[in-house]
Amino acid sequence: MAIVLRKVLSYEKGLEPPEIVERIKEKFPEEVIEVTESKDRISVTVKSGRIIDICRYLHDDPFLLFDHLQDLTAVDYLKKKEPRFEVIYNLYSIRYRNKIRLKAQVPEENPRIRSAVPLWAGANWHERECFDMFGIVFKGHPDLRRILLPEDWEGHPLRKDYPLKGPEPENDWPGYIEVLNKAKELKEFEWEG
Amino acid sequence: MDQVEKIFETRELNVNMGPQHPATHGVLRLVLDLDGETVVNVTPYVGYLHRGIEKLGESLSYFQALPLTDRMDYVSAMSNNIGYVVAVEKLFGIEAPERAKFIRTMVGEMSRISNHLLWLATHALDIGAMTVFLYCFREREWILELFEKICGARLTVTYPRIGGVRNDITQEFLESLWKFTEEFPSRILEYETLIDQNRMWLKRTIGIGVISAEEAVNWGLTGPTLRGSGVPYDVRKFTPYDAYDRVEFDVPVGTEGDTYDRYRCRMIEMRQSNNIVRQCIEKLPPGPIMADAPKFTLHPKDAMFPITHPTKEHAFYIDEKVCKGCGMCLRACPVKAITGEKKKPHKIDQAICLQCANCLAVCKFKALKIVPGGKGLSEDKLKELAQAPLPEEITKAKEHLVEHFTFIKRGPRAPEGDLYVATEVPKGELGFYFVSDGSGKPYRMRVRAPSFIHAGVLPRLCVGHLVADVIANIGTIDIVLGECDR
Amino acid sequence: MTPDTFIKFGIDVLIIVIKIAVVLVIGLLHVAYATYFERKVIGHMQVRLGPMRVGPHGLLQPFADGIKLFFKEDLIPEKADKVVFYLAPVIFMASAMVNLAFIPFSHNFIIADINIGLLFIFAIAGIGVYGIFISGWASNSKYAFIGGLRSSAQVISYEIAMGFSLVGVMIMAGSLNLTEIVRAQENSIFGMYAIPQIVGFVIFVIAAVAETNRTPFDLPEAESELVAGYFVEYTGFRFALFFLGEYIAMFIMASLCTVCFLGGWTLPWYVLKVLPFLQHVPGIVWFLIKVYAFIFFYYWIRATVPRYRYDQLMSIGWKILIPVALANILVTGLVKILL
Repeated sequence: MAIVLRKVLSYEKGLEPPEIVERIKEKFPEEVIEVTESKDRISVTVKSGRIIDICRYLHDDPFLLFDHLQDLTAVDYLKKKEPRFEVIYNLYSIRYRNKIRLKAQVPEENPRIRSAVPLWAGANWHERECFDMFGIVFKGHPDLRRILLPEDWEGHPLRKDYPLKGPEPENDWPGYIEVLNKAKELKEFEWEG
Repeated sequence: MDQVEKIFETRELNVNMGPQHPATHGVLRLVLDLDGETVVNVTPYVGYLHRGIEKLGESLSYFQALPLTDRMDYVSAMSNNIGYVVAVEKLFGIEAPERAKFIRTMVGEMSRISNHLLWLATHALDIGAMTVFLYCFREREWILELFEKICGARLTVTYPRIGGVRNDITQEFLESLWKFTEEFPSRILEYETLIDQNRMWLKRTIGIGVISAEEAVNWGLTGPTLRGSGVPYDVRKFTPYDAYDRVEFDVPVGTEGDTYDRYRCRMIEMRQSNNIVRQCIEKLPPGPIMADAPKFTLHPKDAMFPITHPTKEHAFYIDEKVCKGCGMCLRACPVKAITGEKKKPHKIDQAICLQCANCLAVCKFKALKIVPGGKGLSEDKLKELAQAPLPEEITKAKEHLVEHFTFIKRGPRAPEGDLYVATEVPKGELGFYFVSDGSGKPYRMRVRAPSFIHAGVLPRLCVGHLVADVIANIGTIDIVLGECDR
Repeated sequence: MTPDTFIKFGIDVLIIVIKIAVVLVIGLLHVAYATYFERKVIGHMQVRLGPMRVGPHGLLQPFADGIKLFFKEDLIPEKADKVVFYLAPVIFMASAMVNLAFIPFSHNFIIADINIGLLFIFAIAGIGVYGIFISGWASNSKYAFIGGLRSSAQVISYEIAMGFSLVGVMIMAGSLNLTEIVRAQENSIFGMYAIPQIVGFVIFVIAAVAETNRTPFDLPEAESELVAGYFVEYTGFRFALFFLGEYIAMFIMASLCTVCFLGGWTLPWYVLKVLPFLQHVPGIVWFLIKVYAFIFFYYWIRATVPRYRYDQLMSIGWKILIPVALANILVTGLVKILL
């Protein structure tokens, strides 16, 4: 019932970003592949095997507390990088105002990675979208279905090898052809004034 | 009792709400399982408005993708533009000049007010308060008219540009905006008179859709939807962009995390936005409105005026000897004045031609000629005149036009790397994640749309409540399906 | 039977037929202009103009609407129960129209002056619920079904409260005849029962709003939840019948309120004492003024308040209105005995 007006000026200073990276390296020495500095935050490229453990560490550790999953998405590096896919986690700690980016490498042959839904409930739809657009399977996801595209759509549009132009009308998505035929059928009822 | 249940088998009523439904704010579809009036299960379906903006962004240059952002959250297009522009500027490593920053902050807050007005209008209408709807639209109309004064468009504005804004604002506009900010707080009071302490409104909103602070963060909620639960997370305060670190404002935070608190948060936010707009008007510094970075920003169009200005009496003519019939100009013509078959010289119908010079810019073979003062002349006369040398002014303008065209088409060469930049749009945190491979087009453009995440939380909010509360919950999370489906 | 009595009988029938015709025309014209009135009133409350295009100030708008509805295509859902589907709007409309017969518009203008007029109106209004319910059932649509269920539950609950709220009036007037009730009010101390029966009056007003499915109790047709509720599948003239029925029901409720609480066609004696020239005004004028004031009140509510939720509506009906109405009966009865 009561609304409070907050100035939101001071906050607890947490660990410096390089220090966070050090901690991750210390805790998961096998997993970290690369650390790069982007314009907005530090990115840590990791293997996808223990991604859920790394995420859990970042989420639960009282000095890190990355409680806000800003974004979860994937990038397709077709013929640019091996392995082909990277799943991107943009994390934010509301308490310490720290940011970090995790990049988990996912190979082309077996695009599978553990789901982050147990940690961030909000990851649910992000992962579904990722599955929809890139075909990356999130193990342990409660309800992995296509989300933006129709259930019977073929292919994963945001992959780089997906054609930019749609197929010829006769090879198009069956749902679309159905609509076209229906429209043709209904043409005779059209009012001609 | 068991005996009875055995004989009369009961099962949930499965109701399909949407995609065509008056209260789903667009094309959201909810499949409700009802036990009487109680909601047992909710399954949202989205994607009916999916236009592949992320895929389109990958195949358009950074300049060209800007108008796409208008079409995401069309209720507050200005904020979406700003979000995109801020992200791209950060990627390029350029900074907008002070004046442009203040203007963007100002129009961004205007957009926030207009968005919250539309939200309040529809939310109140969903709950049944009809008059609030029209009161809110009265003020929203006022803001849209102000937008029209700035940039000529009301809804899909595309006013901010990478590195600044499209055009400067006038004193006349500032005065009318000031008048609006003076009037607006009393208008908010009008809405509050109708619903704020109304017992029915309280009964319909208090204790509905309660979500605790931890859970709200866990679900990835942002904006007023999160702040209603008591988390003061506001991108404008946490990572300030534009001029938000130079204006004073407070962040309203709720305590209960129910529909009423979120409503109060947004009402106070409108007042805060009004204050920010006033501060921006007061502090607006003089100076340029475009960053001085010719590699990354659009060039001024003055140099092209000798050709593109509509009062110039040019005619365009296709040289039959040079034209290869590639069809580029045919596709570029907005009025279909150019006709012709493939691999044969094309022809311009002078009666339809608008002299827009689009064909001139796309022609690769220099077959298109400008004939100064050739408007209304016959075909033969044009053919004759086309061979004459052009005045220097026009030659320069022509060069500039072609250069401008290719620059937009190819895009500014962005530095390699990736970044995620969030801005606070009225609905929450709008994030753009770019992966750049050094070309003029993003290798990957990802939009983190707040509506998408907020729509995902609907089952959590609705289960266990009644059907009428589903409607209140759809309203309270403030979603626009254009942004949700992208 | 002598020719004299035969002629007398014929004249009686003729008078009744003329009265019916007059009432029907008034009723239908009322509906036409009640919609116009509503759109204008709400329009002006919402800082807009309302209908302005058809005729001066949109005065011909109701006819344009009527013509439009009449010529619209009549769609019937494929799997609807056809017979019942056809029947539902007719039941709804007819039950609303029949009630017009028992309303005393003036001291000598009533079609059927029966002794149990009040009870009869309730009985007929109860039949109207069948129209709503079977329309919801026959449409074979889930929205219509929920709307129909909601409506029947709501109307039945509020009918009880409304009936109880009128018992006080019956006790005070000592009659169920509507003309008698008006006459009793004319001779009472306060001139109208709204003052001594203020509790009953308030309950009646609330219940009347609920009974006619108007905001804030328009749950059966809550457009943001159920799109249009029980008549969501109806188009064209069938839809118009529901529409007409609803407005006639509103008129009936307003008339009932006028007759039972506001003194019908009479003015309180103290008003006449202060302004004696008012007694030359025909009673029907006062009657209509009171009715339209009440209908204006309906519109006013609609423009002002949000909608209740279903469970809240039910708890108001059963937990507040009915107990209070019962207490009101008790108090009224005691006072009547003691005085």
